[in-house]
Amino acid sequence: MNAAKNWLKKYVPDLNVTDQEFMDGMTLSGTKCEGYHAMDRNLEKIVVGQIEKIEKHPDADKLIVCQVNVGSETIQIVTGAPNVKEGDKVPVVLDGGKVAGGHDGSPLPEDGIAIKAGKLRGVESFGMMCSIEELGSDRNMYPEAPEDGIYIFPEDTKVGEDAVEVLGLHDTSFEFEVTSNRVDCYSITGIAREAAATFGVDFVPPVVNETGNGEKVEDYVSVEVQDPDLCPRYCARVVKNIKIAPSPQWMQRALASSGIRPINNLVDITNFIMEEYGQPMHAFDLDTVAGHKIIVRRGKDGEQFQTLDGQMRTLDSEVLMICDAEKEIGIAGIMGGENSKITDDVKNVLFEAATFNGVNIRKSAKRIGIRSDASGKFEKGLDPNNAEAAINRACQLIEELGCGEVVSGMIDVKEPIKPLVTLPFEPDFYNGLLGTDIDKDTMLSIFKKLEIAYDESTNMLTMPSFRQDLLGKADLAEEVARFFGYDKIPQTLPKGEATTGKLPFKLEVEKIASRVAMYYGFSQGMCYSFESPKVFDKLLIPEGDALRSAIKISNPLGEDFSIMRTTSLNGILSSLSTNYNRRNKDVRLFEIANVYRPKALPLTELPDERSTFTLGMYGEGDFFTLKGVLEQLFDELGITASRKYDPSNKKPFLHPGRQADIRCKDAVFGYIGEVHPMVCDAYDIGTRAYVAVIDLPVVLPFVTFDRKYEGIAKFPAVTRDLSMVVPKDVCVGNIEEMICQRGGKLLEELKLFDVYEGDQIKEGFKSVAYSLSFRDKEKTLEEKDVSGAMKKILNGLESIGIELRA
Amino acid sequence: MKDKLNQIKEEALRQIRESKTLEQLNEVRVSQLGKKGALTELLKGMKDVSPEDRPKIGQLVNETRSEIEKVLEDAKKKMEAIVLEARLSKETIDVTLPAKSMKVGNMHPNTRALEEVEKIFIGMGYEVVEGPEIEKDYYNFEALNIPADHPAKDEQDTFYISGDILLRTQTSSTQVHEMEKGKLPIRMIAPGRVFRADEVDATHSPSFHQIEGLVIDKHITFADLKGTLAVFAKELFGEDTKVKFRPHHFPFTEPSAEMDVSCFKCGGKGCRFCKGEGWIEILGCGMVHPHVLEMSNIDPNEYTGFAFGVGLERIALLKYEIDDLRLLYENDVRFLRQF
Repeated sequence: MNAAKNWLKKYVPDLNVTDQEFMDGMTLSGTKCEGYHAMDRNLEKIVVGQIEKIEKHPDADKLIVCQVNVGSETIQIVTGAPNVKEGDKVPVVLDGGKVAGGHDGSPLPEDGIAIKAGKLRGVESFGMMCSIEELGSDRNMYPEAPEDGIYIFPEDTKVGEDAVEVLGLHDTSFEFEVTSNRVDCYSITGIAREAAATFGVDFVPPVVNETGNGEKVEDYVSVEVQDPDLCPRYCARVVKNIKIAPSPQWMQRALASSGIRPINNLVDITNFIMEEYGQPMHAFDLDTVAGHKIIVRRGKDGEQFQTLDGQMRTLDSEVLMICDAEKEIGIAGIMGGENSKITDDVKNVLFEAATFNGVNIRKSAKRIGIRSDASGKFEKGLDPNNAEAAINRACQLIEELGCGEVVSGMIDVKEPIKPLVTLPFEPDFYNGLLGTDIDKDTMLSIFKKLEIAYDESTNMLTMPSFRQDLLGKADLAEEVARFFGYDKIPQTLPKGEATTGKLPFKLEVEKIASRVAMYYGFSQGMCYSFESPKVFDKLLIPEGDALRSAIKISNPLGEDFSIMRTTSLNGILSSLSTNYNRRNKDVRLFEIANVYRPKALPLTELPDERSTFTLGMYGEGDFFTLKGVLEQLFDELGITASRKYDPSNKKPFLHPGRQADIRCKDAVFGYIGEVHPMVCDAYDIGTRAYVAVIDLPVVLPFVTFDRKYEGIAKFPAVTRDLSMVVPKDVCVGNIEEMICQRGGKLLEELKLFDVYEGDQIKEGFKSVAYSLSFRDKEKTLEEKDVSGAMKKILNGLESIGIELRA
Repeated sequence: MKDKLNQIKEEALRQIRESKTLEQLNEVRVSQLGKKGALTELLKGMKDVSPEDRPKIGQLVNETRSEIEKVLEDAKKKMEAIVLEARLSKETIDVTLPAKSMKVGNMHPNTRALEEVEKIFIGMGYEVVEGPEIEKDYYNFEALNIPADHPAKDEQDTFYISGDILLRTQTSSTQVHEMEKGKLPIRMIAPGRVFRADEVDATHSPSFHQIEGLVIDKHITFADLKGTLAVFAKELFGEDTKVKFRPHHFPFTEPSAEMDVSCFKCGGKGCRFCKGEGWIEILGCGMVHPHVLEMSNIDPNEYTGFAFGVGLERIALLKYEIDDLRLLYENDVRFLRQF
């Protein structure tokens, strides 16, 4: 919402602050000002001059030499402008002055353009005559300015006057960010009312007199609202004998200062009211309204309608239409129809000021694909009382401007208007909520400025109709706070019962996982939660696989963001790929974030959000590096139960011979493996890559932060080496399982120290060697204890067909 | 005998003086003091000494021995020092050669910022909680005083799944879950991922993170909100940080405010970083709306509370001077390694 200072000052005449003070003050009282710009910026020493004499330049065909009376003197100015003639009054920038920009209307330079006396083709020139573009504006805002040339003032302009003043450019435009609850502030009077309360000066609203020629509006038009749920109020008035002309300069300047192009008196009045009151109005050519009857009703599905911008629009039964006795003539609150639009030949006008259902307007505008200034205001839900005030103000301006003959009376079709909200005055509550000690009188004076009426006898406050946001006592506390000053409220800390600050167990575990990953050189990445359904093909996941049951977003930003991920693989592989293709070496990444597993599709209850720890790497290191990180993690998490790496459950996206599920007791913690070369190809990773994915909710029950000291062994250990030859495809995991099972309590540690395939070993077999360490916590082991344990182990190994090497 | 002793001593001292290495010194020890050394040999001649002279001579021999031992020891120490010095000098390295890389990984800037925030609030007795990212309409909107036809619910802002299930647009939904547990007082922060239908660019992402804060207790005031967030700002951005509260509007708080912090780059004078304003907008906050309390079965006449929500990426970008949001989701290690 833009509002210029001069327009605002019409309603707060005593406002006397600098632009910066105004911006800061309004921001601190809740009408956030994003910035302002002075329209007279870089306009210096510019006066109204009159051209007394024009002569040809002796040495240049396209230049002329003018003698210009600038009030105090007559100066010589050389110009190339084609449009000036003797007697014209023009803006003249004097020697040492400044203009805002060049005459071509290109972006304005930061410091303007300095003008100095000088010679043009040998003839002295003591200043410059200006175009509207040089004065920092354009022909949209000054439609009377010539297309290419010097701006010409009306004949009655006084020579020597400040030209910037005459143009109305000593003004500042403020840009406000109005919050959605303050519909009333989408208007100049609304902002002015806030300004008055903020700076402690009076708000002087426009005085609206009764208008009309004594005739009855009912004799000219009738209104029927068939869908009052979508149109709680419809006000109509009629103006006859319209005389289209330019609107007066004050109105043109006011509109221009809000960024609205002046067009003619009739259009300008409706635009002026929209800004001044925040109430959009519409003018129909009454002579095109069949039966002089307005019917407000829903549209018909699939029907076509041409709006006044010439576009064909498709309607539906939820769009509210303004119709006459025969046809649609406008889309309510959004845009009028081509068939009833005002032309230069208009004779009689029907003014409409209505209140429409904001939600319906918003949704209709979106479906139809128009967002007009009017719909932008209506969709916020306007105050029905404002419609009447606005239409009467418009008719007053019609009379004042001599734009036409206003017919007396107003047609007013309305639902019962909601009574004004009343609330008790509760100063203790306000102070209690704010933590302040503001006295009652201060509070009441704030309410008074805001037009909240107080009845002392009942202790009740009545909210003004334009403040639809004031509904409860907390709202009133905010009003007190805003004008008492948020900055004056003290800063304290909550008292009361102490609480312990902490991280929940799950987040502690995630933190440990991150820490372990970082120890080993993995950096943390973050990936999107949504991705493309094509990732399943990239990951070679077969049709029908559970991973393909992904939750779909009904309104995604595009296919690439259309499903909630069921696996973290795509994220980590895409990230590895980014790095690989940017030639980053030895990359290690991890991520902790959710994957989303629906319980059923389509979703009827919330899905399972599973926190997933994902590691990915390429470059230095291999499968066992990654396995080492995981084992370290499980140790850090206090998981004492042994993990089993089971290669039997083949995953299509991993190397078939280099992958394992990580099992612990009955749980599957996740998996680890080398990425399948075809998947690497699909992700454009030209080297071996490794991933591990841990399903943290499964791991959590195994985690403990308890630690117990077990003592340091007092008795010596006895070691034995064990060497065997086994078929190549036997996993050492199985051998170890047997050794541990048979070794019993005495077996303290087993270390694999050699795996060998080659010359001395027969084809299809490998040699595996362990160092076993036995210890008894209670006594020094004797030879027979160890040989007993060894014997059991050897028997066990033989029972699964393992041949011991001599 | 005495002369002989003297002779031995002189000879030993000469040999010691002439020794160049520790080995030579050791030879001196053996040849003079060892089992077959000169002194021992001399002692064998003691039998020829008269019994009355023996103690005296014995003492003389011992004195000579300890004198030689002392000189020998001193010489050895000196020699060892020389040897050590030679070794150390030989072992000199070029300390400006590059370090051996033992790189640990790096934390994501979001996490780094989050840990700072968590530390501050845990220190003030806040519990960290989480809520679902795929959420029911009720928790994301309705229970937060955002009714059915509110513009915030438009499809252009919110990703919908089906029926009343959507991707949460704000961590404020966790407020409701926490209040519904019925355990008071509440002091919590809830960090998490949120989603909004914004196209990806340098300042927008369809997925980002917020940290929600909520305090509910008896007699909680707007002044408490100001004080708490002032502490937060000072801890996060530095002791000299000033805060400014501006009235604002959120459906679920009343009164509501936005908080600016004085620019930590220029200290509030105005610079390119704060766009000349001296202030940087950092978060939205307010007193929990009585209607929101009621909907979660908390009596607004007995309890009050405050809430705030801050964008994690916003903090990370500001604190670490990152100029493009997209960097946070590319996972280029050259970026990540800077945190």
